[in-house]
Amino acid sequence: MSAPNKSYDPVEVEALQPEQVERMRDEALAAIAAAADLDALTHVKTAHAGGTSPLALANREIGALPPQAKAEAGKRVGQARGAVNQALAARQAELEAERDARVLVEEAVDVTLPYDRVPAGARHPLTTLSNRIEDIFVAMGYEVAEGPEVEAEWFNFDALNISVDNPVRSEQDTLFVAAADGSQDSGLVLRTHTSGVQIRSLLERELPVYVIAPGRVYRSDELDATHTPVFNQVELLAVDEGLTMADLKGTLDHMVVSLFGEGMTTRLRPNHFPFTEPSAEMDMLCYVCRGESVGNPDRPCRTCSSEGWIELGGCGMVNPKVLVACGVDPQKYSGFAFGFGIERMLMFRHNVEDMRDIVEGDVRFTLPFGMEI
Amino acid sequence: MRVPLSWLREYVELPAGTTGRDVQAKLISAGLEVETVEQLGAGLQGPLVVGEVLTIEELEGFKKPIRFCTVDVGKANGTGEPQEIVCGARNFAVGDKVVVILPGGVLPGDFRISARKTYGRVSHGMICSARELGMGEDHDGIVVLPPEHEAGTDAIALLELVDEVLDIAVTPDRGYCLSLRGVARETAIAYGLPLSDPALIDVPGPNPDGHPVRIDDPTGCDRFTARTVTGVNHEARSPIWLQRRLQKVGMRPISLAVDITNYVMFEVGQPLHAYDRSRLNGPITVRRAQPGEKLTTLDGAERVLDGEDLVIADDSGPIGLAGVMGGAHTEIADSGPDSGTSEIVIEAAHFAPVPIARTARRHKLASEASRRFERGTDPQATSAAAQRAVDLLVLLAGGTAEPGVTEVVLPYAPRTVAMAADHPDRVAGTTYGRETVVRRLQEIGCDVYGSDELIVTVPSWRPDLGAPNDLAEEVIRLQGYENLPSTLPRPRPGRGLTATQRLRRRVGRALAGAGYVEAPCYPFVSAADFDRLGLGADDPRRRLVLLANPLDDTEPGLRTTLLPGLLATLRRNHGRGAQDVALFETGLVFHPTDGATAPERLPVDRRPTDEEIEALKAALPEQPQHAAAVLSGARERDGWWGKGRPATWADAVEAGRTVAREAGVELIVRPAQYAPFHPGRCAAYTATAADGTQVPVGYAGELHPRVVAALGLPERTCAMEVDLDVIERVGGGRVTGPHVSTFPVATQDVALVVDAAVPAADVEAALRDGAGELLESLRLFDIFTGEQIGEGRKSLAYALRFRAPDRTLTAEDASAAREAAVAAAAARTGAVLRS
Ligand SMILES: [Zn+2]
Repeated sequence: MSAPNKSYDPVEVEALQPEQVERMRDEALAAIAAAADLDALTHVKTAHAGGTSPLALANREIGALPPQAKAEAGKRVGQARGAVNQALAARQAELEAERDARVLVEEAVDVTLPYDRVPAGARHPLTTLSNRIEDIFVAMGYEVAEGPEVEAEWFNFDALNISVDNPVRSEQDTLFVAAADGSQDSGLVLRTHTSGVQIRSLLERELPVYVIAPGRVYRSDELDATHTPVFNQVELLAVDEGLTMADLKGTLDHMVVSLFGEGMTTRLRPNHFPFTEPSAEMDMLCYVCRGESVGNPDRPCRTCSSEGWIELGGCGMVNPKVLVACGVDPQKYSGFAFGFGIERMLMFRHNVEDMRDIVEGDVRFTLPFGMEI
Repeated sequence: MRVPLSWLREYVELPAGTTGRDVQAKLISAGLEVETVEQLGAGLQGPLVVGEVLTIEELEGFKKPIRFCTVDVGKANGTGEPQEIVCGARNFAVGDKVVVILPGGVLPGDFRISARKTYGRVSHGMICSARELGMGEDHDGIVVLPPEHEAGTDAIALLELVDEVLDIAVTPDRGYCLSLRGVARETAIAYGLPLSDPALIDVPGPNPDGHPVRIDDPTGCDRFTARTVTGVNHEARSPIWLQRRLQKVGMRPISLAVDITNYVMFEVGQPLHAYDRSRLNGPITVRRAQPGEKLTTLDGAERVLDGEDLVIADDSGPIGLAGVMGGAHTEIADSGPDSGTSEIVIEAAHFAPVPIARTARRHKLASEASRRFERGTDPQATSAAAQRAVDLLVLLAGGTAEPGVTEVVLPYAPRTVAMAADHPDRVAGTTYGRETVVRRLQEIGCDVYGSDELIVTVPSWRPDLGAPNDLAEEVIRLQGYENLPSTLPRPRPGRGLTATQRLRRRVGRALAGAGYVEAPCYPFVSAADFDRLGLGADDPRRRLVLLANPLDDTEPGLRTTLLPGLLATLRRNHGRGAQDVALFETGLVFHPTDGATAPERLPVDRRPTDEEIEALKAALPEQPQHAAAVLSGARERDGWWGKGRPATWADAVEAGRTVAREAGVELIVRPAQYAPFHPGRCAAYTATAADGTQVPVGYAGELHPRVVAALGLPERTCAMEVDLDVIERVGGGRVTGPHVSTFPVATQDVALVVDAAVPAADVEAALRDGAGELLESLRLFDIFTGEQIGEGRKSLAYALRFRAPDRTLTAEDASAAREAAVAAAAARTGAVLRS
């Protein structure tokens, strides 16, 4: 390396020797090639390409040369500097690539590490299944109606044509709110179904009424593997001009297709309920075996006990007496209704074997159901 | 109702080869719930024959008495020699006729019989008990047959051991199917075959010579037939066929007279009662009991009667609970001190369903008779049923029918229903046509007149048919529910979920997203729950809606807070080994309404008035929707990322904010002392209502250590509960889109020293108010206590960001705003700038 020329006096300067320029260039190129890392390269850059490097100084001296020497020297120094800069850039890229390769490898982590830092939450499948069913009917134009869980007997029984002497109004079946004297003559019960919401809907809404009534209901039952005294229902009520049992059947069919897939269907069997006439028990085709297990001992079905059908709940045409109690003209309007238990559907839809798992709130049961069902 | 196929065939000539399963399928399709078809005598194989016991030798020296018998089995064993059989039963004597299965035979349950050595002898067969033959559960010993059957007779046929029994769950509207007559009618319709109606028999007309009967209560009884049979041989036993039919329908044969009344009840559906005439005092009266009157019923229980009970009485007082159970005094006896009953009065009456149902329930005395009267019997069948019983008593007990026939019949008009001929079509949504409708109605026993408008007279055994829809159901079920078309109605467009419903879903999602698991709990609580929660004696949450008949007497109330249920669930999870548990629930709580009285019983034949509906609703308790969360263990777990942190009061308080945020409500948090929370770690939430007032929303914090101990919860369990209805009410305002300023932000930090007891929320509120409109945001980023600050003091460090909507703020602008903020904090909280 040549020392910087401090006394800048062009007159004294000799013409640049070509060998001198070549040497400067070669020294620079050698230093560049020898730079082991980016830091070293930075130093090399300062020394051989910086403002005080020999080539830079030589370049500055060119101005002082006589005109005939100036052009030649300028060309020579320019070429040398170009070569040095090119080499610098190349080496810079080379070293950066090396560094990146090394550092990114060093920064690699085990992405398979678990991250259960905050425990997960979940919604209860009873809620999400009920929501899911609500959504099916909301999409059809139904609205979701709700009511209180402690309900007046008139809403829960009388208006539904369930007479005082009906055995379901006994303490074996129904939980009665105590009157002031402790007796069960308070006129209030823990609702035994969400049918009271149907009555409220007919009283409060304008006709036609298309509502779905989900909610918690109560029966005087013991908790065991298949029963719970506190359970959830979804009931549906449609009251309009000209509604028929065929409409009821079609609505049920639509529901099971929405919940269980194409090809699903329902079956109605005659039954008796005070609030509907005609009344029916509704079954849905077994969504697992689609009925193929019936009479086929080689392919038994646990879901439907090889019956081919799964019992869903009760349904029927709204008893005209119920319409009358709600001030609806049965000559003009007819309606259909159905209801079924969410717990039961949860059990057969998700292979839950014990009711207690649904009601006990063990997080191990609920967590796998996540946020939607 | 159990229906033996062999008995059913007596009224419907089913095609040969028809099985119980065939009939089951047909009846199910017609709407009868045939639950099972029991195969009686399945696998049974002879030789099974009548035997006559010739000799009995008692074998000694065994744990139980054993008999070695020789039994004449006729030619059944091929030799005619007496059969040697070892038997463990003792209820027979030499000369008795018994049932013997010989080697080679198979009893139900694949029990194969062969000659075998037992008790030191070789037993060539077995003398059978009723249970072994599949005849019933009686196991008092072996079956002893009436003497008239000859040894060697095939007992499988004699005892009708092979049969099929349909078990039908009869719905309350189909009382007529609690009889062979009714089920036979449905079977005949289903097969399109004629029915031979067992009630269609000749009966003598009434005359004044029968046992006198008076009906004092025409609302409870509108028809009463009384017949008398004398000269009854009280030693006569029911023949095998009668006993077997009763066994198959599930009745125990008792005595001939009782068996006959039961038999006719199952046959025709008309419950009968038989009185010992010698024990009757004067005329039979049907009346209501006098309150406090006493009656000892057949089951031996002495019952104190209610004024509503319908009774049968004579001059001595009540002699039976009408339609439910007879009295012990007039019971017919086949033996006893007075030698048995020889004169029998048969009662066949029609009682109204409601009083019978009430009496049966009041006295907890459901009987085969009350089951039938409750559902409604055929009032026209009383005389035929009585005649059947008389005939059987004459035939089987050697009795003589007295010519006297009592028939008390109140005026009666058959029920008619007017129905448009196309009504069933319109209910079903399909076209049956008038002809089909008329034919189906006639099949079930209706008389039908008219063309477009049908006048339908319903049969006496169908009290359930009273309206056009009832008739439509009959037509539709007989045409087959399975043949209904499937169509979809077109509701008018709905408005989707309500704001409340959407909020509840969002709250559930938000809490679940924040790591809480939803756990819907039973709402039943006890006073002890509140003791454990440390609630004061006059805490309003102790005022409960109580149940008259709780599932568990120790939990008679309905929850006023969600916490007892959630905490119990948390403890259960903890007890099962879960360490970090966070749960939530949204649900109703119940508060009694002050001064609420039982609502009036409203009519059902019209719409109640708006006032009546309001009065009804006012009688209900308040039932607000709450949301609550509980948590314990780690909120963040230890792991490769470093230390975790335990769940704290702050998480609980934040859970409330999470809920409120879903409603667009900002909660104001104040320190509070409120059970069941730690007095120094409890936050009360309020929110600002539309009118500017502060409304209470709920509480959160760490539970009181004593509550944690009393409930057996993990240490430092935390909880939160808010009233979701209140949150919804104050929230939901429409958000105004903020103007977003693109001018630069000016940031200023400030550290303020205040008394340790000053809530940070107060300092923050003062800063906000003082800083004015230029303040864009404010955040507490550090709290410091220590010597430099002074004892009982804390330093709060805030980052303030200022921005103007219309210009770049100068340093002076920002400083001025900051100083104003500090001045406000100083004035309101005594804060001083930390130097
Ligand atoms: Zn299946």
